[in-house]
Amino acid sequence: MKNNSGIAREKGTDLLQVRDLHVEGFSDERWHPIVRGVDLSLKRGEVLGLIGESGAGKSTIGLAAMGYTKPGCRITQGSVLFDGVDLLSMTEARRRRLRGSRIAYVAQSAAAWFNPAHRLLDQTVETAVAHGIASRDKANSDAIDLYRRLQLPEPESIGFRYPHQVSGGQLQRAMTAMAMACRPDLIVFDEPTTALDVTTQVEVLASIRRIVEDFNTAAIYVTHDLAVVAQMADRIMVLRHGQTVEEADTRQMLTAPAQEYTRTLWAVRKLAKPEVQTHDHILSIDNVTAAYAGRVKVLVDVSIKVPRGRTVAVVGESGSGKSTLARVVTGLLPAMSGSISFDAKPLPLSLKERSKDLLRRIQMIYQSPDSALNPRQTVEEIIARPLEFYLGLKGQQRDRRIAELMHMIEMDESFLDRLPGELSGGQKQRICLARALAANPELIICDEVTSALDQIVQEEMLTLLMRLQRELGVSYIFITHDIATVRAIADEVVVMHQGKVVEQGLKTEILTPPHAAYTELLLSSVPEMDPDWLTTLLARRKNQGIASAAG
Amino acid sequence: MTSAEPVIQTTGAPRVRRTRRSRMRIALKKAPLSAWFGMGVTLCYVLVALLAPLIAPYRETQVFSEAFAPWGHEFMFGTDQLGRDMLTRLIYGARNTIGIAFATTIISFAAGVTLGLLAAMYRGWPDQLLSRAVDVLMSIPSLIFALMLLSIFGSSITSLVLIIALLDSTRVFRLARAVGLNVVVMEFVEVAQLRGEGPAWILRKEILPNILPPLIAEFGLRFCFVFLTIAALSFLGVGIQPPSADWGSMVRENATLITYGDVTPLLPAGAIALLTVAVNFVVDWFLHSTSGLRDEK
Repeated sequence: MKNNSGIAREKGTDLLQVRDLHVEGFSDERWHPIVRGVDLSLKRGEVLGLIGESGAGKSTIGLAAMGYTKPGCRITQGSVLFDGVDLLSMTEARRRRLRGSRIAYVAQSAAAWFNPAHRLLDQTVETAVAHGIASRDKANSDAIDLYRRLQLPEPESIGFRYPHQVSGGQLQRAMTAMAMACRPDLIVFDEPTTALDVTTQVEVLASIRRIVEDFNTAAIYVTHDLAVVAQMADRIMVLRHGQTVEEADTRQMLTAPAQEYTRTLWAVRKLAKPEVQTHDHILSIDNVTAAYAGRVKVLVDVSIKVPRGRTVAVVGESGSGKSTLARVVTGLLPAMSGSISFDAKPLPLSLKERSKDLLRRIQMIYQSPDSALNPRQTVEEIIARPLEFYLGLKGQQRDRRIAELMHMIEMDESFLDRLPGELSGGQKQRICLARALAANPELIICDEVTSALDQIVQEEMLTLLMRLQRELGVSYIFITHDIATVRAIADEVVVMHQGKVVEQGLKTEILTPPHAAYTELLLSSVPEMDPDWLTTLLARRKNQGIASAAG
Repeated sequence: MTSAEPVIQTTGAPRVRRTRRSRMRIALKKAPLSAWFGMGVTLCYVLVALLAPLIAPYRETQVFSEAFAPWGHEFMFGTDQLGRDMLTRLIYGARNTIGIAFATTIISFAAGVTLGLLAAMYRGWPDQLLSRAVDVLMSIPSLIFALMLLSIFGSSITSLVLIIALLDSTRVFRLARAVGLNVVVMEFVEVAQLRGEGPAWILRKEILPNILPPLIAEFGLRFCFVFLTIAALSFLGVGIQPPSADWGSMVRENATLITYGDVTPLLPAGAIALLTVAVNFVVDWFLHSTSGLRDEK
């Protein structure tokens, strides 16, 4: 069989043909359509990008292309022809033989897919050995070769580590190696870089692209990030509500999208706000050092000033201390040394020493609205509590204020008796915002509030936040790792790296060259819509040796 | 601009929220036969216990001349060693045994859940103190421990209830602490702390509603165990004291009949067994439907 050979396969012949695919999911004692009649075809060596908001059915299509559905879903109609054979009509045993050997899958969070009790190498070669494609020794040496191609550090020994001993980006590459172990004809990538930092994302994208090209593997690349798909895909398919909106070659899709919906997907990248400088500061953090368990220092000598009625964006990769900064400001993690002053008065460092009124004036919104909202409380209960607690509102006054708040976040009162589980991600985040606004705060700390949302919903949320700032004069500390978001909302920018402030200043100052070395690395790692961006970037980094300087 | 429009409805169709009652009706409709059986039987027991004076043919402690009378017209299940009607005793036994078991379970849950959640919330030394104390209590076999305490304090109904409740609350504590720990780390608890809420509010409003399903299921199970413990203690003679009717001591008092091939002492034992099975059926169903487990094809 040719799938066992490492050499490039004949390009351009049809590999996968999906016709009129319908998938349904079971919830609320009913079957709901998830995918309604999607056609797609894929040639050998071709990469197809599937994009769309969440709930568009892109992951479901990705899985269905392997003849698989998640539990609680079923394929009701259509055919999936893989290399001329219908995956849907064959027996489960035959399908299982194909999966892993000729079709492979790379999931979003590799950490959840690796078995923590086994070494990486054993898991990488497991499928190849189980399918009898290679002997254990041969598979092991092949895996090391793959690790090298994916540019994992110490390819000979990294396989002997356990999943928790490597970083998220390395794990994602190890999972790609696992998928590649049998040299499949088709790989389905399901948001493989969404959970990674921009700086790590670049490396993973580059490795994936290289290996797909090397082995001439066809791939379906599922993502909601347009800039990423622009780097990876030959062709892009836009999905919405389980239907195809449009499909075209990457370059054509980027330059001349035919549909209105596709154009709105582009919008958040274009959102921009002119900055305003002010010297009236609502919060100033001076020389703060903080540590967990009194030992590991997470923030070292951090000083940040937050202008009144404006937005400070705090950027940096994960582990840079951004979220710890939020915990220090809210008093959840009292700073070890340094001082914080709020509205020109010193702010007690610990939560317990702050008065109810001080607590009211600083509010926080979290990254994941799923865990920030109590699943057993209705929207009304959630919003009403701060009104009763801080302001003592009751009866009609309370109801009127709730209606006002719902209006502010652009939702209507029919949502009041819903539970959080009955809302979409964007709606949930709006409720979190309403809960914070209910306290009439002067400062809101937003910790990655848009990163769990889709592009379109993100744009709506950012527009809403900016409108509220104009109307209410509230100040934001906006923690994010996304530079497009920074452009959209910030007046000032703080760049953090390893618990220290690298740079602080007005947005345009920070975002225009010359940059500090780390800022440069961070900014240049943000994918752009240009399909040649990754190629150019890698070539430039190679020349300048920036990558080595950053390491 | 989207900001002018009142509602964003881009994702998902709007859903009608079900009321608690209609959700319950759907759940009941899907309940398996075993659950229906369990609910039916439990309901019968409760009715019998509540309406004992109306149903029972005689008074609880009414003594007739004939001891160990055979089954017949006058005494449906015969009489016991003192000449009291077995059926009457069985009916009143339901009242005593179930009533006491219920009270005991409630007390053990009130104590166990409160302390367990406090331990989960504060962790540190309060958690250590409570958990180690519970470990100590659990390390002694509970029946022997109960026997010892009862012989120290005397076997009045109050001390019986309190002692069993104390011993049982250790297990409730463990469960409440374990499930509470999962909820305590959620961000909505942090939000409440940031808001400045007191521990009582956080415990009652934020944590408790989220751990209710496993607690209710455990309540059913613990109720059975308490019930069995009382029966066992009564059988050993330190439980519910005569002349109050109760199933455990009824088995003991009439045990000699077994040697003559009479099944009468098995009736109270059977009553205990049936209720235990029935309650467990209901609990099983409840656990299954709230744990989100689905029967996969």
